[in-house]
Amino acid sequence: MAKKRFRDFGLSENEYTSLVAKLGREPTNVELAIIGALWSEHCSYKSSKIYLSSMPRTGERVVVSEGENAGAVELDDELVAIFKVESHNHPSYIEPYQGAATGVGGILRDIFTMGARPIALMDQLFFGESKAPKMSHLVSRVVKGIGDYGNRVGVPTVGGMVYVHRCYNFNILVNVFALGITSKRGIFSSKAKGLGNYLLYVGNSTGLDGVKGAIMASDRFSSENSRDDILPTVQIGDPFVEKLLIEATLEALSTGYVVALQDMGAAGLSSSSYEMAAKGDVGFVLDLDRVPLREENLTPEAIMLSETQERMLLVVMKDKVEEVKNIFNKWGVPSAVVGKITDDRMGKVLYKGSEIANIPVYLEPPVYKRAVEPYVPPQKPSLFPPKNGKEVEEIASTLVSTPEIANKEWIFSQYDYMVRTNTVIPPGSDAALLRIKKKDVSLAITSDVNPAYCFLDPFIGTLQAIAEAARNLASVGAEPLGVTNCLNFGNPEDPKVMWQFARAVDGISTGCKTLGIPVVSGNVSFYNQTDENSVYPTPTIVMVGIKKDGYTVPNFFRKGGEKIVAIGALRQEEFGGSLYQRYILNKEGGRPPTVDLKSEIKINDFVRFVIKKRLITSVHDISEGGLLLALLEMSFPQSVGFTVAVEIPAVSLFSESQGVFIVTCEDTNLDRLCYLADSLNVHCSVLGDTVDQDLWTVEYAEGVVSSRVSSFSKLWNEGFSRYFALE
Amino acid sequence: MRAAVVVFPGSNCDHDLFWVLNDIVGLNTAYVWHEDTKLVDFDLIVLPGGFSYGDYLRSGAIAARSPIMDAVRDAAEKGRAVIGICNGFQILTEAGLLPGALLPNINLRFISTWVYMRVENNSTVFTHKYRKGEIIRMPIAHAEGRYYVDNGALTELQRNGQIVFRYSDAEGNSVDYCNPNGSIDFIAGICNRAGNVLGLMPHPERCCERSLGGVDGLRVFTSLVQCLSS
Repeated sequence: MAKKRFRDFGLSENEYTSLVAKLGREPTNVELAIIGALWSEHCSYKSSKIYLSSMPRTGERVVVSEGENAGAVELDDELVAIFKVESHNHPSYIEPYQGAATGVGGILRDIFTMGARPIALMDQLFFGESKAPKMSHLVSRVVKGIGDYGNRVGVPTVGGMVYVHRCYNFNILVNVFALGITSKRGIFSSKAKGLGNYLLYVGNSTGLDGVKGAIMASDRFSSENSRDDILPTVQIGDPFVEKLLIEATLEALSTGYVVALQDMGAAGLSSSSYEMAAKGDVGFVLDLDRVPLREENLTPEAIMLSETQERMLLVVMKDKVEEVKNIFNKWGVPSAVVGKITDDRMGKVLYKGSEIANIPVYLEPPVYKRAVEPYVPPQKPSLFPPKNGKEVEEIASTLVSTPEIANKEWIFSQYDYMVRTNTVIPPGSDAALLRIKKKDVSLAITSDVNPAYCFLDPFIGTLQAIAEAARNLASVGAEPLGVTNCLNFGNPEDPKVMWQFARAVDGISTGCKTLGIPVVSGNVSFYNQTDENSVYPTPTIVMVGIKKDGYTVPNFFRKGGEKIVAIGALRQEEFGGSLYQRYILNKEGGRPPTVDLKSEIKINDFVRFVIKKRLITSVHDISEGGLLLALLEMSFPQSVGFTVAVEIPAVSLFSESQGVFIVTCEDTNLDRLCYLADSLNVHCSVLGDTVDQDLWTVEYAEGVVSSRVSSFSKLWNEGFSRYFALE
Repeated sequence: MRAAVVVFPGSNCDHDLFWVLNDIVGLNTAYVWHEDTKLVDFDLIVLPGGFSYGDYLRSGAIAARSPIMDAVRDAAEKGRAVIGICNGFQILTEAGLLPGALLPNINLRFISTWVYMRVENNSTVFTHKYRKGEIIRMPIAHAEGRYYVDNGALTELQRNGQIVFRYSDAEGNSVDYCNPNGSIDFIAGICNRAGNVLGLMPHPERCCERSLGGVDGLRVFTSLVQCLSS
């Protein structure tokens, strides 16, 4: 009977045959449901595993980088930061509010189940074009979902990124990052241990929501599925319960009576019970009649696969279970003993008095070395350079209004980014900065990826994301500590997608090894595809850094009368995947910008040094849109104008040179800054001056362009909500 | 001198207030659980921001019926200082300790930003270190902060000097675009008739240190320290 159903649980015929061989018999229905979920791409990483091992995972400060729900790096002798980024793509496209909200809830549980108090959230959002069906609705509901959940649990959302492309028209991506801190001795594991210890279920009662969510997320969308078919696979979030769960769990962990714990995330009770037992090399008995249920007559498969949110499974010392239950009770969080730890490495599930599953806690999932096939990206399109100052101005006004460049205040004003009173640099800067109370260190966090670059060359594009993240940390004076990544790709059964994936992982490995930054956690999301339309390779990079002193400079001009200097060499023809190609030429092609990591290491060190020495008054790196857009972004916050002269052609004002910072300094510090740069062999060129006028002027090789700061600032401020027609 | 920070299920500014009261202004501070029924020996009682009971039903409505609220009411009657910030303000209105109500923001969205306010009454224990008419800047972060009272009660508030803070621009003018949530008469914070119970939507505890973007909130707490210790 089970045999006919293997496809319902996402298994292929070969996988089913291998399961039967491993068990030595046909699985029961419940066993099939459990294995279908545990062997899903989402839970097993079966297509990605062989590549992920190349990433550098060790480093002096690494405390945990494998085998747990998130990675940990040390901040000082006492404290560690625990962090991870994860996707919630499929659910967010089906139901944007709940999809995004439960993404926040899930990543938070990965952090506090390791014993850390969550102190920061960040989101990386990839939307389709405004003309795509329901896109305005998706944008506003995703943002509201993230805000309502993060705000209610009292964890500040301190930054993020937005990218818009037609490749996301039918598959938006919602990536969510969380970071927590705890003491080194306060790190908890998900390895179940201790014969006779109890399995304690805590949190919401189990219902029908999110059943088979992990299996849904391991398949592509098809225009043949109606939304009604897959809507029940989306989970529903309750941030109030999550807040209580955070407080109750941290209090319970402080007793020392909890041995191990894990979130009931993807594949719910199945993954938490089997994974914890497998990690701890023990067995368990789980009695489904003791699981708190929200509705009657749930089938045992549904109980095992439900992804009802805000639930966790704890392994508690056998004689201390009442003490732990009392803490959850105090916080109003239901709890129930649902099973216990055995020593036979078998996972047994009981239902209505009979044994309905009895399989080894670890059945090695299939591992695939999928076919790969490189592709040749489109040729680089003709540039059609602007012919006069008026045309330069028009291009600049188009680019400043794009959702990538425009002010994202519409989004972050819906997020409480100040709660917990640690936020020193709020959203809208190159990196967020959080102080740590009673400590002399601060944490910097940034996230980056440019999918158009990654499409043209997944290796260089991913390297660029690593470089950009390191650069953003340098701009707040921080040293990188560790990386987490969320690899969002199309269907791994498509050899071109698998090639993109392999090259992107190589980019992370090469980039992180060259810069000496360990990868401490990560997540893979495949099947971001609808019919034949796949998303661009989107390897989201989140980098966490540390800063010893609290001194920072803004990423905008403070006042007129200061010198504007470029640190790093401007390159004139970096247009592959640029905003200029995407929004002016409406074509993408050629090579993405050159990334020279060795030179960037030197430049980043230099920038940290001149911040520390208080030689510069502001700093911002050149990224999307190139030099002119970087200058404009710096001019808006305090309405400060600028006059700049460069020996490059007009079109190169939009060239996306990598490894270049724009800084300002007092006139009196200019010589010292240039001298230091020279002596350290860092390229440094004076571009011009900031001015106390509502005017910006750029003289380039063949002409001059000039306009008002205020009129561009208006475009920048209104660009995001205007693009998506948001209220 | 002792301060109590009341913790409701869903409070999330409780730690921030503890930090300011205990570590910055040096008050002997304790958390008090919402199911407790006594507030003995506390000179200051703080109802923190957050989403008590998830804002379900109405913001502050369920917390206002917590066991601890009888003790808060009792302390307020005895003239002790009580301050409710953000969700704490919502709880105080729901509990009837302050008049009026806080409705959903006029744009129906959560708003997290910095606002300017004018100090209208500097004769309270919370505000005597400010100048009357001084313009100060504080963060707000709320979805339901639109203060409303009927006309009769508004006239009372105005006549008795119970309007403590009004939203304004940086120059102190109350012009429409400076009213972030659509509050009646630009009201950001009010006190009771006796002046010992203050409720406000902006977060003074978030602007007590220069590194966090401003220190205009600090004097709420130093005013209290000076008044309560004398």
